[in-house]
Amino acid sequence: MKRYSAFAIAREAARHHTGWERAWASPAPKDRYEVIVVGAGGHGLATAYYLAKNHGIRNVAVLEKGWMGGGNTGRNTTIIRSNYLQDESAAIFEKSRSLYETLSQKLNYNIMFSPRGVLMLAQTEHELRAWKRTAHANRLAGIKSEFVSPRRIKDIVKIIETKGPRYPVLGGLWQPRGGTARHDAVAWGYARAASDLGVDIIQQCEVTGVDRDASGVTGVQTTKGAIKCAKLCIVVAGSSGVLAEMAGFRLPVESVALQALVSEPIKPVMDCVVMANTVHGYMSQSDKGELVIGGGADGYNNYTQRGSFQHIEETVRALIETFPLISRLKMLRQWGGIVDMTGDRSPIIGKTPVPGMFVNCGWGTGGFKAIPGSGWATAEMVADGAPRALAAPFSLDRFVEGRMIDESVAAAVAH
Amino acid sequence: MLMLTCPNCGVTAEETEFEPGGEAHLTRAATDSTDEAFRDYLFQRKNPRGVHFERWRHAYGCGRWFHAARCTQTLEVFGTYTAQTSAPPDRIQAAIQARRPDWSLT
Repeated sequence: MKRYSAFAIAREAARHHTGWERAWASPAPKDRYEVIVVGAGGHGLATAYYLAKNHGIRNVAVLEKGWMGGGNTGRNTTIIRSNYLQDESAAIFEKSRSLYETLSQKLNYNIMFSPRGVLMLAQTEHELRAWKRTAHANRLAGIKSEFVSPRRIKDIVKIIETKGPRYPVLGGLWQPRGGTARHDAVAWGYARAASDLGVDIIQQCEVTGVDRDASGVTGVQTTKGAIKCAKLCIVVAGSSGVLAEMAGFRLPVESVALQALVSEPIKPVMDCVVMANTVHGYMSQSDKGELVIGGGADGYNNYTQRGSFQHIEETVRALIETFPLISRLKMLRQWGGIVDMTGDRSPIIGKTPVPGMFVNCGWGTGGFKAIPGSGWATAEMVADGAPRALAAPFSLDRFVEGRMIDESVAAAVAH
Repeated sequence: MLMLTCPNCGVTAEETEFEPGGEAHLTRAATDSTDEAFRDYLFQRKNPRGVHFERWRHAYGCGRWFHAARCTQTLEVFGTYTAQTSAPPDRIQAAIQARRPDWSLT
């Protein structure tokens, strides 16, 4: 792999850009791999990359039914933060956020990590108490975040209206090293680095069945033929239930649609991310000047990658009260992604009832921020055959033992 | 937007008049059940891509619960029926089979 650098740009400029090579290979699938990862989104590609990089397991294939990063990796609002209440969540999300800090250098691919700060608004008394509690928990967990007053919030976000009347801003949780990244670039960067280490990324290859014998998983059936493997890891977010059914078990997840939309581009008006959980409005401004707005999730199962109209209306209506400036903006595009929600709104990284088969799913509405840490922890688990400290609390066993990692109550909403 | 007909009061309305209540026909775990049975009742879900049976409540109407048969892939509603049953009635199964010949109740 030729490294990307300022010198490479100068060199290629001098020869009319004829020397750029393909970022990743597109090989035909081999008959057999040591590990097959299903799903070439951020989490799947990161898993494959860290398997090769950290554990020396390079005989790996990543299978993708559509195109790389075309699911939720390309559909989210790119928010990165780690100010979670529960210790287990704080550990894996902070690992993830800290990996994002140097990911561009590590992957030699500009993922445009922008630690512009994430502000979570408290707009009810309940949220006010919850964010104060979270700020204390973050301090104990070593995560830099603080509770800020409405006056400070007005200072951070000039365009905000804190007075209400319906949803006044009472305070907020401010994580200065949270922010955003270029979501496609995260998938592309991991794909390029993984491909360079020998990982086969096979797109337009849908898994149609899971092969198993008495001792465990033996391979998968795909639209490009049968492929054998010693270990199988499914990292398919909204389609997790479909893959689990192929292997003969159920998961504690439900797939629902989550929506986002962007406005027409305008001059810079805000330089941080604002999350208003009470009203399900999440907003930041992209480098192109568009306001990127995330909405709430639908309440019923859905695989159509589009959501209900009323959720757009509810989201925009609430945001207009908090940001009156956006009331005359035109919205350019709206889209949906299928997110896999667990009962406690925490992810699942663990072994499945089928020996040799692992699952990484249940990130719900907040998976993008977790990509590096999730891949890191999942690679540990697949390499060792059992999860290490980072992933261990997120096993499927917790739904039998009642050992929930309850971020649902902590945030009062899915997030 | 989904259009649902409440079988209790007969009103046909948009989905905003109703509240979704999750998967229908779950078997409630009794108090002396195993941990696994409680897991199955509380968390484990079919989550199918295709025909699905679910609970809805006519929240801004008569306030009562009912069941709906719906496709999660196309958002087509096959029909609604009373909540006072442990399996979808023949009428609903026939309506689904008319639209999905390969489908059968498993």
